[in-house]
Amino acid sequence: MTTRLFGEPVPRREDPRLLTGNGRYLDDLGRDALAAAFVRSPHAHARIRDIDVGPALDVEGLVAIYTFEDLPERVGRPLPLLIPHPALTHGRTAYPLAKDVVRHVGEPVAMVVATDRYAAEDACALIEVDYEPLKPVVGLEEAVQGAQLVHEDVPGNVGAHLVQEVAGADGRGAREAIEASPHTLAFRLDIERSASMPLEGRGVYARWDGRDLRVYSSTQTSTSVRMAVAAALGLPLPQVEVIAPDVGGGFGVKIVHPWPEEILLPWAAMTLGREIKWTEDRREHFISSAHERGQVQYVRVGFDDDGRVLGLDVTILHDHGAYTPYGIIVPIVTSTQLLGPYKIGSYRVEFSAVYTNTVQVTPYRGAGRPQGVFCMERTMDKIAWHLGKDRTEVRAANFIQPGEFPYDQGMTFQDGRPLIYDSGDYPEMLRMIKELIGWDDFERAPGRGIGIGCYVEGTGVGPYEGGHVQVTSDGRVHVSTGLTSQGQGHETVFAQIAAAELGVPIERVSVVTGDTRRFGYAVGTFASRAAVVSGNAIALACRKVREKALRIAADALEADPSDLQITDGLVHVAGAPGASIPLSTVAVLSNPLRYAFDEEAAKATQFSGTASPDRPPVAEEEEPGLEGRDYYSPIRSTFAAGMHAAVVETDPDTAEIKVVRYAVVHDCGRLINPMIVEGQIHGGVAQGIGGALYERMAYDSHGQLVNASFMDFLMPYATEIPHIETDHLETPSPLNPLGIKGAGEAGVIPVSAVIASAIEDAEGIEIDRMPISPSDLFALRSTHHP
Amino acid sequence: MEHEITLVVNGAARRVSVPARRLLSDCLRHDLGLTGTHVGCEHGVCGCCTVLLDGRPVRSCLTFAVTVDGCEITTVEGLAGADGLSPVQRAFAECHGLQCGFCTPGFLCTVTALLRDNPAPTDEEVLEGVSGNLCRCTGYQNIVKAVHRAAELLAEEA
Amino acid sequence: MKPPPFEYHAPRDLGAALQTLAEVRGKVLAGGQSLIPMLNMRLAAPEHLVDINRVAGLGGVERTEAGVRVGALTRHSELERAGVHPLLTKALKLVAHPVIRNRGTVVGSLVHADPAAELPAVLAVLDGSVRIARWEGSSPVERDVPAREFFVGPMESAVQPGELAVSAYFPSLGPRTGAAFEEVTRRHGDYALAGVCAVVTVNEDAHVTAARVACIGVGPVPVVVDVTDAGGQSAAHELDGDVAQLVQDRIEPEDDIHASASYRRHLVGVLTKRALRNAAREAETGGA
Repeated sequence: MTTRLFGEPVPRREDPRLLTGNGRYLDDLGRDALAAAFVRSPHAHARIRDIDVGPALDVEGLVAIYTFEDLPERVGRPLPLLIPHPALTHGRTAYPLAKDVVRHVGEPVAMVVATDRYAAEDACALIEVDYEPLKPVVGLEEAVQGAQLVHEDVPGNVGAHLVQEVAGADGRGAREAIEASPHTLAFRLDIERSASMPLEGRGVYARWDGRDLRVYSSTQTSTSVRMAVAAALGLPLPQVEVIAPDVGGGFGVKIVHPWPEEILLPWAAMTLGREIKWTEDRREHFISSAHERGQVQYVRVGFDDDGRVLGLDVTILHDHGAYTPYGIIVPIVTSTQLLGPYKIGSYRVEFSAVYTNTVQVTPYRGAGRPQGVFCMERTMDKIAWHLGKDRTEVRAANFIQPGEFPYDQGMTFQDGRPLIYDSGDYPEMLRMIKELIGWDDFERAPGRGIGIGCYVEGTGVGPYEGGHVQVTSDGRVHVSTGLTSQGQGHETVFAQIAAAELGVPIERVSVVTGDTRRFGYAVGTFASRAAVVSGNAIALACRKVREKALRIAADALEADPSDLQITDGLVHVAGAPGASIPLSTVAVLSNPLRYAFDEEAAKATQFSGTASPDRPPVAEEEEPGLEGRDYYSPIRSTFAAGMHAAVVETDPDTAEIKVVRYAVVHDCGRLINPMIVEGQIHGGVAQGIGGALYERMAYDSHGQLVNASFMDFLMPYATEIPHIETDHLETPSPLNPLGIKGAGEAGVIPVSAVIASAIEDAEGIEIDRMPISPSDLFALRSTHHP
Repeated sequence: MEHEITLVVNGAARRVSVPARRLLSDCLRHDLGLTGTHVGCEHGVCGCCTVLLDGRPVRSCLTFAVTVDGCEITTVEGLAGADGLSPVQRAFAECHGLQCGFCTPGFLCTVTALLRDNPAPTDEEVLEGVSGNLCRCTGYQNIVKAVHRAAELLAEEA
Repeated sequence: MKPPPFEYHAPRDLGAALQTLAEVRGKVLAGGQSLIPMLNMRLAAPEHLVDINRVAGLGGVERTEAGVRVGALTRHSELERAGVHPLLTKALKLVAHPVIRNRGTVVGSLVHADPAAELPAVLAVLDGSVRIARWEGSSPVERDVPAREFFVGPMESAVQPGELAVSAYFPSLGPRTGAAFEEVTRRHGDYALAGVCAVVTVNEDAHVTAARVACIGVGPVPVVVDVTDAGGQSAAHELDGDVAQLVQDRIEPEDDIHASASYRRHLVGVLTKRALRNAAREAETGGA
């Protein structure tokens, strides 16, 4: 492969349109569409006795009002449980519009369609729903007591229960190993809820022309939305197209599908024969899109004098909110990725996924890893504290060594495949982060502390992605892949891959993502998988195209294909630049024509004399056109890793916490575009700092989310985020042709652990709960130094 | 009741009829088709909807269109000159100061006014200047870098 | 999140504005930075909205030796740039973010009477006043309401339905007087968890002759405490522990999702000391 483009900080090809207001996000489309709005439950738990739409009927501009009763049987079915798992014995999903019972504030009860959103909201305000309030279940500990039930038929509110255990080399289980250990510790950790909170909410715009349905959705998976919509509406798949336009951030929340609105809007568009659009507002996003993170962890650990973990036993209560459409992916990821870069003697992990009358929990960037890493890294710090050892020394004592890959952790990962790490160099990474932050020279002082956190992230999960590459007779290269983009710069990095593989200038390459009209088979953008899975698929598709181009050019140049190269869009004989043919001409020759629509095309017509009269114009086993399609289906995930360190200062008087330095060493294998990878890390760290110091979803005992606005849900501004220093280690993945690993989620994963570590160091008080506010730190100080 | 108003948007007078409650953000986006101004929270915190009102950055989601009848408004669509992207826009591209791009128009308008008033801001002044705009993608580091770079470009081209 | 419908009035002069208000008792729209979010969330649904943005003569900043009078349409940023009153300038930099300050009005912040907002505390600690006008019979009537009577409760001022706050008056600090505003916020620009605004006057021997603080975020209205006696006649730099206790005894902090009452009480102690110290230092060096 020509490598000039691969690994370079190529400027983003998305930027010119996004910088000039020419991006096309969901709400920028469908200017003439009708608008939808929803009546949402004001109660966390209630029975619906009656819905009276009468008072709303006189609203000017009203077009239609729908409640559950109005939905056809197929449309009104419970939303699919996307990822079934044998341990999810009591999976429950919501109806598109509430049927009889509402189970969280924000659950949709009625849909209003009107001429514009103002009128739709006017009508929503007038619809009278008679609720019989039921006692809500709020908080994990209250939920597991099971005194009140979120779902009548789910005893104890437990949707899933899973135990995984990996015995030590001596065959002993974790509990036995802990009992036999020279040192043991037991403690509890708490992590509160946060949420993806992209600045663009969700949104759906549906058009029905009497035969075909076109749906635009601000989604992380257009292909799967398409299948879900076709299934719910009973439409043949070819009559449904789903397009993800420019998407204003996802971070996980938009991988869930179909959201109620993704079914209801297309259905209403078909029913009314009108274009309809719904643009989620911020209040709706807080109370009806998904949250994540909330867990309570009970940890027991046994270790030796060097800090080597001999046994680890973790019991997790995972708050799943009211429904489980995305299965138990989050607690599975927590349970498995908790192990990080370490060899743990024996490990037992047990989780209960618990229902509460709150917004459902589905993956948010990191998807359970921040909780798992918090658990393991707090454990490492506590071991070090207990033994009086340096915290990095304890970590180093437990590392998997570079010579031990592939390393089998003996568990089953979120893709149902064995948790086998493919490559990495953790000791080197530790050396780098210590050097970057100045660990050994750090001057500790009261109110000034340093912290560290390490993680391993399974990225690039399957099952597959595909790529289609077409070279047209103007020499342009059109790449498409089915997964979507939410700001990761896919149009740039996939173009880099294609340009490098095909030997064409990147300016000639264009990339389309998330449009089922262009590519129908895909999974979606999540789990730091796009670059790995689509990137490799596109590379493989390019290789097919290249091979075909060389074959055709070899014919034309009367050369051997193996002697040919492509440089700057010109196929030429290696070392003889004179004998060449442009890729555009190859594209012309690849497609025998009867009709000449321009001068180039004339070269491929039947009297042009270029084709041999003794062979069919399209040779056997050939297809017209210079294009190729291929798929990459990884055998299992590839494992990226990182280590972060931070210096914090705590105000002795006000207990304010300031992150004064933040350093990241990151390994995502070969870098396609270092500028974009850095950007992903910065953004992840900022979200991590949000989760560590600012953000939480504050539910009161009635199940009301009391901070459902940007005034009170404290997403960090520029003033809250420190400068982030980065360094990279590249241990290529042996699993895929490009040697890459995912990078999207990395930044966020260890931040809570790192900040806790640093605050603990500054204060001498154990930090077992995140996020931590100045008020919380003040309370801790008051308890420890009354 | 509808009100006939005139807004001078990006230099062109636009007449439009709006109900009194029409937010300026909706008027720009849906009545005038200028969808570059984004709406992220509709309670004035995120800054995505920031436009220049008579040259000063304001939240268009916290302004009624009818209130600013007769005023001059610059949106992100009006920042580029005849010869291409403005220095602020170029600096954001060069420094990778945007990812999903949703918050970007608000930042660009804010920063354009910031650098007009203070052509060589300190780090602290930059932070203060962009402190009312949320970004969920970039972690802000490259945005801050882009503001300094834009200041350089503006100085070079002055 | 779209505002509910309302009838819109856009008077051009003060008389018309007052007559309209007298007639329809509508909600006044000036900067709208607090009102419009409430409308968008449909937490408020006034039948009438009286937009005073076109009313002539309501803008401007008048400065005399005795104090500064600020018109109802004066934006935060305008007063900040004018730099006519050192304590106001300090406080204005703490009000939300620059973009909000471009539109929000000073008088609007006072009328909004958020107990965690900065400007009410400034008016209170300076013993300023707000001029309120209404239409009575066939002419406008004005009254000046002192700060201690102006802030009635959380989000509640002395402005009655049908009335308009036309200006606010902030007395000057006077000679050998310094001022400071100290607060702790969760994020930069957020409403304060607690804040203390202090004004200190010293004599030629650098002994305190007057000291007042106003606290925000820890009571239904700004809590003003005269600490002259507690710290009186002491050297300015000795204003310390007891004074903080005196102030802490007067506040009524509450728990909320961002901070506990006890943390807020603690903060007021810390910030009182900081604010008094900084104000005294400024006074000692000749005043602001």
